[in-house]
Amino acid sequence: MSDATIVLIVMTVGTFAMKSAGPLVLGARSLPRGVERVVDLLPAALLAALAIVSTVGDGRSIEIDARLVGLVVAGFALWRRAPFVVVVVLAAASTAVARLIS
Amino acid sequence: MSAGSSDHEVAPDPARVRRAIHRQAASIVAAVAPFGIVFGASAARAGLTLLEAIGFSTLIFGGSSQFAAAEILGDGGSVVSAAVAGLLLNVRSLAFGVIMAPALTGALWQRAAMSQLMIDESIAVGTSQTDLKLRRYGYLVAGIGVFVVWNLTTIAGHLVFSGAGDLITDLGLDAAGPAAFLALLWPRLSHRPQLRTAVAGASIAVILIPMTPAGVPILAAMLGALVAGRVTERPVEDVPS
Repeated sequence: MSDATIVLIVMTVGTFAMKSAGPLVLGARSLPRGVERVVDLLPAALLAALAIVSTVGDGRSIEIDARLVGLVVAGFALWRRAPFVVVVVLAAASTAVARLIS
Repeated sequence: MSAGSSDHEVAPDPARVRRAIHRQAASIVAAVAPFGIVFGASAARAGLTLLEAIGFSTLIFGGSSQFAAAEILGDGGSVVSAAVAGLLLNVRSLAFGVIMAPALTGALWQRAAMSQLMIDESIAVGTSQTDLKLRRYGYLVAGIGVFVVWNLTTIAGHLVFSGAGDLITDLGLDAAGPAAFLALLWPRLSHRPQLRTAVAGASIAVILIPMTPAGVPILAAMLGALVAGRVTERPVEDVPS
């Protein structure tokens, strides 16, 4: 068996265990109030972290490049209440233009 | 909102919300496509067979973890380091599962099957809805859409095996992901505890980027929510719908 196949098997089992732990073990039982509050706040922390890390992250270093232009344009479009698709397209287009210029 | 309130009424018309979900999911799926091609290509460069690359995309189904593992294998890293790095990037699925569990009800096999779709994109679209039925709907639509496109583009990338990396940056498509995450975060920012949590999460993540392996900043940012949740006095169910 190749190294890649072994990694595939290990990661499949491990990842599925982590993905399904909540829905399989917890089910529809509601969480204690304090925990529920934290769970409600989790997506905000997650989405903010994903947005910023995928904008300025480059492996283990911070790299400020044209992606930041895209994020700023996206923020502006959202502030102007632009629809989701428009926000994403504007972000990509402005990043592409910024790269072309620089 | 209690988990058992299946007859919970939402203010906006559900049909309109569903159409909004379709638009969100379509954008996200389109944003994922080029990355699937890049994964297929980098898997091929790392020496993975087509079958192994497809296995990664169907069985693991976690973009960043697949990239990390393939990259380490391609660089000649050990099986252990590739698997650990990959798994570390998927630990956040535990928290995703806690968030989504009340919406993903059903028979054991149904819950297991739906769990496989647990990725950033399906969570992002799902959790932007407060109603449990719509939350499940958004999660499934985005999850299935990304699953299909991710696998098709993995195959395409592996077969073509070309320098798709340049094309992605030339078209600015690497900014599509961040923009989508920001768009999904946006409606939450008008509530103060949510705004505080988002700022805390983003700050923690940025500070940790140079100090920790990939994936850890995201995990640590979610710990920031734990702190914010304790500090916040006002219960979140008071958030106006």
